[in-house]
Amino acid sequence: MATEVHMHGRIGESIKRKEDARFIRGKGNYLDDIELPGMLHMAILRSPHAHARIEAVDTAAASQMPGVVAVVTGELLAQHKLAWMPTLSYDTQAVLATDKVRFQGQEVAAVIAETRNQAEDARDAVVVDYKVLPAVISPEQAKTAGAALIRDDKENQKDNHIYHWEAGDQSTTQAAFANADKVVRLHTFYPRCHPAPLETCGCVADVNGATGKATIYMTSQAPHAIRTVFALVAGLPEQNIRVVAPDIGGGFGNKVPVYPGYVVATAASLLIGRPVKWVEDRTENLISTGFARDFHMTGDLAVDKDGKMLALRVHLDSDNGAFYSDAQPTKFKAGLFHIVTGSYDIPTAHVTADGYYTNKAPGGVAYRCSFRVTEASYLIERLATNAAIELGMDQAEFRMKNFIKPEQFPYQSATGWVYDSGDYPAAMNLALEKLGYAELRKDVEARRKKGEVTGIGVASFTEVVGAGHGAEFDILGLRMFDSAELRVHPTGKAILRMGTKSQGQGHETTFAQIVTEELGIPAADIAVEEGDTDTAPYGLGTYASRSTPVAGAATAMVARKLRDKARKIAAHLLEAAEEDLEWEMGKFYVKGSPDRAKTIQEIAFAAYTNVPEGMEAGLEGVHYYDPPNMTYPFGTYAVVVDVDKGTGQVKVRRMVAVDDCGVRINPMIVEGQIHGGLTEGFGIAFMELITFDSEGNCIGSNFTDYLLPTAWETPKFELGETVTPSPHHPFGAKGVGESATVGSPAAYVNAVIDALSPYGVTNIDMPVTSDKVWAALRAAGVNE
Amino acid sequence: MKLSVTVNGSKRAGDVEPRVLLVDFLRSNLRLTGTHVGCDTSGCGACTILLDGEPVKSCTMLAVQADGRSITTVEGLANGANLSPVQIGFHEEHGLQCGFCTPGMMLVGAHLLEHNPNPTDEEIRWAISGNICRCTGYMNIVKAIKHAAALREAAEVVPRETAAATAGGE
Repeated sequence: MATEVHMHGRIGESIKRKEDARFIRGKGNYLDDIELPGMLHMAILRSPHAHARIEAVDTAAASQMPGVVAVVTGELLAQHKLAWMPTLSYDTQAVLATDKVRFQGQEVAAVIAETRNQAEDARDAVVVDYKVLPAVISPEQAKTAGAALIRDDKENQKDNHIYHWEAGDQSTTQAAFANADKVVRLHTFYPRCHPAPLETCGCVADVNGATGKATIYMTSQAPHAIRTVFALVAGLPEQNIRVVAPDIGGGFGNKVPVYPGYVVATAASLLIGRPVKWVEDRTENLISTGFARDFHMTGDLAVDKDGKMLALRVHLDSDNGAFYSDAQPTKFKAGLFHIVTGSYDIPTAHVTADGYYTNKAPGGVAYRCSFRVTEASYLIERLATNAAIELGMDQAEFRMKNFIKPEQFPYQSATGWVYDSGDYPAAMNLALEKLGYAELRKDVEARRKKGEVTGIGVASFTEVVGAGHGAEFDILGLRMFDSAELRVHPTGKAILRMGTKSQGQGHETTFAQIVTEELGIPAADIAVEEGDTDTAPYGLGTYASRSTPVAGAATAMVARKLRDKARKIAAHLLEAAEEDLEWEMGKFYVKGSPDRAKTIQEIAFAAYTNVPEGMEAGLEGVHYYDPPNMTYPFGTYAVVVDVDKGTGQVKVRRMVAVDDCGVRINPMIVEGQIHGGLTEGFGIAFMELITFDSEGNCIGSNFTDYLLPTAWETPKFELGETVTPSPHHPFGAKGVGESATVGSPAAYVNAVIDALSPYGVTNIDMPVTSDKVWAALRAAGVNE
Repeated sequence: MKLSVTVNGSKRAGDVEPRVLLVDFLRSNLRLTGTHVGCDTSGCGACTILLDGEPVKSCTMLAVQADGRSITTVEGLANGANLSPVQIGFHEEHGLQCGFCTPGMMLVGAHLLEHNPNPTDEEIRWAISGNICRCTGYMNIVKAIKHAAALREAAEVVPRETAAATAGGE
């Protein structure tokens, strides 16, 4: 055997992050840090009304204000055929309003000036005459006969209905319900919330008048897709568009869509011939950019008397806002919501969904989730706990009874998904063990006898992430593959470029580790670059937990291609036959002669200096990876809460999270992702809410009204892991970025419902605030 | 209006409109872009700096109000190549992900340790409760500040000169 060499940074090692060096010194390069010579600033005038006809826009006074270079209106954009743009869901969206405003905060005009203050001053001097129309703020209102027609711009649109969509089998589901011993119903509203990354959205558009090249720095999770959309929208030749996503201060789905501000700033730079910067303030971010959820869901679960699930029937009304601009795969109108059978072996299911226009902000994005999987997971997990309570069974036992069993994988669900792998009982057992569930159950009973309100919630989620494969999953026809390009330099150092884009996930470290594992180059010697469409290979971007399942797989595959070539070079250098060489981390050696070896660094040098006759020089390659299937991360979360009977305040006493995301590349980073997701899940369950008054005014438009968890409220988390590799991923990884946001809201709310179950409470819609809990207790006759 | 401030130990002068916010002065006039803007309403703490040693949200203060005073930003935490204990702590304990809240968090952490060299988890959580992090869930930030506390304590027992170099600009 060759001598043992420890290779720092292999898969499974918690090496420290490479990207930290700049961030801890305040030397990150975020969008707003970009300053170009001659750069102008743009401010957007937004509608104060949710629904109103625009009678006139007067820009005369604004145009005369100090520093103003241009005032852009919808009318001006219309002359360039840019007043409307296509959305990612085959609808249209106004860039700047021409006819009507359709939500509060909609873009009406833009001022470009020398400084941001000047742009904002002049924006406030633009005068718009509005004729206010009745606002429609819910699907229920939207479908009422005589409701105001929101999309009168669309020729064939006679009402506010956007789509009807179904999955599963109606007739077998009906039959199963007819034979059920019991049907448990849950009607629950997953309210509108917002990803609210700490950095808002923005861009710096720099169109070179001489060359026609448009360089657009943009807070984008998907720069390549944006480039193609820009080419299609603006009719610019794609080679003349360069989208650069710099360091991104959190995304969580909010930075996937194309926003009007990007289009206007680019058009303005093109018309004026100078760079234009646009950066949202927090209110603009919360009231106008990609929101999340807003699903009104009714689920019926048919069970037999022994607690076996027989069938699931779900209907949902989706509130999509004024334009249907959800960022999701083309085929699926309500995202991947039909994963709603979750972790359970339910023989038949039927899911129906209807989408509606309302006078609210558009852009349904998956807030740290894979295309509406969160809503699905929440519904089935809430139903499971409610069903267990109603049947007088233990929540955990009820789940165990109905889990898809480890030997059933690959498992085809009633709605058509093919689950790759799983061991749900193992994750459940570990969570219960860590929690000390049996003892805690007794403790809960004892406390209840003393009059305390306390409970335990369990949720066993299954996600579907890592889209494509490309034949099933596309965005505007672009197949959802992803890519990696690896170049090994003569000195054995390397650069890896991908079509994804980190927003804090640690790609510069994690993806280097994949190369280390496959090619034996230390992680410290590998630069990882993403986000510049002029240099990175084409990819669909980072969202839906797809980077590791797709681009991570592409990275392993390209490294393997290079290793194959390295073997040929090593054979040449060692004057041995290829098949006589053994690979060991970082080197090839001749079987039986471990001293006759060439390191990957020596081979890399030879690739540029001494290749075999007839071989192309160099050691580089690219791989486009189209996954054969999605991956299905899963886990069990368990929460213990105490409720104050006098105030309704809920305190999370324990939170145990067992995740199975397959093979973990960097466990430290994985756990960090889980902590973050559990915290956002906590915020969604208890605090975060975007709501509207009857006139369509957005409540939740700043961090005083839109409440995010701080260190003070956020509970401490106890993590556990099981590892069930994905059988189709090159090294068995499944993706983890969103599991905790998907799985945890139901666990938190189930704990509250369990605590309130002695009082007959079966539902409180999120966010579960003290006043709602207090009211539920009062309604049940508790008066303390 | 003219103003003169000491930023990270250096005298800096400026001439700004009265309405210019301190964070914009730091970012635009002095090009110290490590101080970030997250919310404009002092709700998130991304813009936190130390003003005469006290944490202040620089988005809710006018630049001219800082006239004659001393400011520490994230760029002033390290002493040349020597990182300060909080910077080391955040790296070692994975206390950051996207990095946007990190400067404010580290400055609050550094301030806490100046006044309370050995804080409990609860004391740290209370100290950073004016700063929002969307990525980490805070557990590793708490660990990072504890790590920094341990580094400072270890530095106490080494000779004064070395300790000053390790502690950097704090």
